[in-house]
Amino acid sequence: MAWQRKVLRINLSDGSIKTEALNMDWARNYVGERGLATKYLWEGMNPGEDALSPENMLIFATGPLTGTIASTSGRYAVVTKGPLTGAIACSNSGGKFGAELKFAGYDLLILTGKSEVPVYLLIEDDEIKILPADDIWGTTVWHTEEWIKSHHQNPQIKVASIGVSGENLVRYACVVNDLHRAAGRSGVGAVMGSKNLKAIAVRGTIGVSVDNPAGFMQAVKASHERMAGHKGRMAFTKYGTHPMLDMMNEFGGLPTRNFDDTRFDGVKNINARAARTPNEHGHTNLVANKACFGCTIACGRIAHIDKTHFTIVNRKEYIHASGGLEYETAYAFGPLCGIDDIDALTFAGFMMNEHGMDPISFGGTLAAAMELFEMGVITTKDTDGIELRFGNPEALTIMAEKTGKYEGFGKILGLGSRLMCEKYGHPEIAMHVKGQEFAGYDGRALQGMGLGYATSNRGACHLRHDTFGPDMDDQTGKDKAKPCKDSQDYIAFLDSTGLCLFTSSAGLKKPMYMDLLNTACDHTWSSDEIDLAGERIWTLERMFNLKAGLTMADDNLPERLLKTPAPSGAAKGHVAELDIMLPEYYAYRGWAPDGVPTTQTLQRLGLADNAKG
Amino acid sequence: MHKALLIDPGKCTSCLQCEMACSFEKEGVFNPARSRIKVFEFEHGRYAIPYTCTQCSEAWCLHACPVEALKRNETTNAVEVNETLCVGCKVCTIACPFGTINYHPVSKKVAKCDLCGGDPACAKACPTDAITYVEDSWSGLERMKRSALAGHGRPNPQQETA
Repeated sequence: MAWQRKVLRINLSDGSIKTEALNMDWARNYVGERGLATKYLWEGMNPGEDALSPENMLIFATGPLTGTIASTSGRYAVVTKGPLTGAIACSNSGGKFGAELKFAGYDLLILTGKSEVPVYLLIEDDEIKILPADDIWGTTVWHTEEWIKSHHQNPQIKVASIGVSGENLVRYACVVNDLHRAAGRSGVGAVMGSKNLKAIAVRGTIGVSVDNPAGFMQAVKASHERMAGHKGRMAFTKYGTHPMLDMMNEFGGLPTRNFDDTRFDGVKNINARAARTPNEHGHTNLVANKACFGCTIACGRIAHIDKTHFTIVNRKEYIHASGGLEYETAYAFGPLCGIDDIDALTFAGFMMNEHGMDPISFGGTLAAAMELFEMGVITTKDTDGIELRFGNPEALTIMAEKTGKYEGFGKILGLGSRLMCEKYGHPEIAMHVKGQEFAGYDGRALQGMGLGYATSNRGACHLRHDTFGPDMDDQTGKDKAKPCKDSQDYIAFLDSTGLCLFTSSAGLKKPMYMDLLNTACDHTWSSDEIDLAGERIWTLERMFNLKAGLTMADDNLPERLLKTPAPSGAAKGHVAELDIMLPEYYAYRGWAPDGVPTTQTLQRLGLADNAKG
Repeated sequence: MHKALLIDPGKCTSCLQCEMACSFEKEGVFNPARSRIKVFEFEHGRYAIPYTCTQCSEAWCLHACPVEALKRNETTNAVEVNETLCVGCKVCTIACPFGTINYHPVSKKVAKCDLCGGDPACAKACPTDAITYVEDSWSGLERMKRSALAGHGRPNPQQETA
């Protein structure tokens, strides 16, 4: 119950399609989604294989609560080895695709090998076909979704696909589902492209049952009511994540012009207020808020571009509304590139969705390229004649489209900041951890965030831990290891349930998650077992990375954050105190001083047998 | 006094709580493919519109049925399917001008909204009040109230969201 107890395995090299029973011991120990997929990845491939080789496994995983009436139950995860980082990649998405995969009867879809020719998958309950993708290869995500629904005469099909960027192995290409929801980070779309797999189309009519329906509906009612009256939920519904721009700007933790500053003057032109206020032509950016599957928050923004704006003045095809700005997109295109043109940001966001790219990594890479341009390392000869200066909205919108279509200087930007800056002999300009670009929080102003970035198993990421409280209270590295580690484990568990992390900022607490899980599943977890599962998942991801060749040297931050003091804000004069936090963190995790989990720790987590492998 | 489902698409976020509540009520599983109410999205999700049976007074499905499997429930005013009588001929699905009565591939009969016997699960599940269950003679009440406010030069109270 709750789990479908079925795994679908497709080998794209020989076209074999098999189903097998879900390993229920693993399901109890790793819950589902992120955790369970990590276990299958660990058991199924050698972490040393190249991320873009046929030997890499690509797993689409739902959780036990995916597809139920619990709020935010639409989540699925894409787990694989990431081409941007060489580390484990785990990208989580909402929309309606994940629930549809579950409704078709599968907990996990495991893809291996590489098709000789471009293909897409059509999964209609237990009928599965590998079909030629000749008509959609080389086209956009938006076209692919429309084509598949129309070709199969079924508008109820849900599609997850890649754009031209993914086909061409842009290192931060993502998998986009339902037009503008994405498994966004670490380049999981490039892995799909490397397998010659354009899209996965699913129609599921089997549905999801729960073990104790009456108990589950009671737990759902309690959690819905809790969220309905919660201030965090109300703020997400009304403003999405967008207000974080003002908060971080006020605090002085808003990375600006490739981390040259921690505050950005132009915020007022691109913030949540600007999105809701009519401009001089009477145009208002934001038109609606929309929900992912099952979600009673509905933080998703739907926006449209002023039809007189330079980006669409002769391009009627972009006059319609689509996915609008959330915080990370607004940060990565705005402050990080020094741009305060809300329509340009919105257009670049459309490009990310239409062509399938991670806006955080694209923005981070573009910001690094802008710094190289300002330094004179690259010139308009390299950049197809575009003045790649901070603050130039045309540089953003043109490069977003070029990278999406894999043209001109976009091919260079498609390498990601680490490879691009190495190519030009200036690795210090690339702002990343393990090759992945930073989210919109400066590690000098938010110390625990810095530690979280450095130790995140998928490279720099703000969604693997939550130390906002301690970071706001104190701007030093003191006492950040414990909240960082504890929240990493807790989120690893949450990401394995099928629910959205945002529920934890919208009122839900551990006992409510437990009530939902323990009534939905025919298994009961104790509070300690939940903690242990989270830590087990985190540690297994770590072991994957160590086996892939990463070391403690990769748990690092760029020199700029470690040596150059923050120029303004609450943390003015501070650098990231990783040297204090990291040893404390390893010790608190029960890892040796070189960042390798001790045998004792592995035994405690039931991972000792894995260490031999 | 009869009640009716009142749908306000402006409030719908397309979360599909209604479809899950409906399928759970009717089939005991969470399965939008078996929901009697459907939410449609337009323009990349800008507009989301829930749609279900309007329980027509002059119900064409009821008249089209050759075996009298469709009957009006005088208490709730819903047109209900008698599964024992229904032969799955689908003529009613052709007769319905709105497409809100459909064939059910498992039961091999037709399925439609029956207002859950007067306590519709979709309306209870909707988190934004896009679907409410109101006096059928006053389905215009909320819009009338908004117009009244506007008529007095007061701003139209927007939905809590965008």
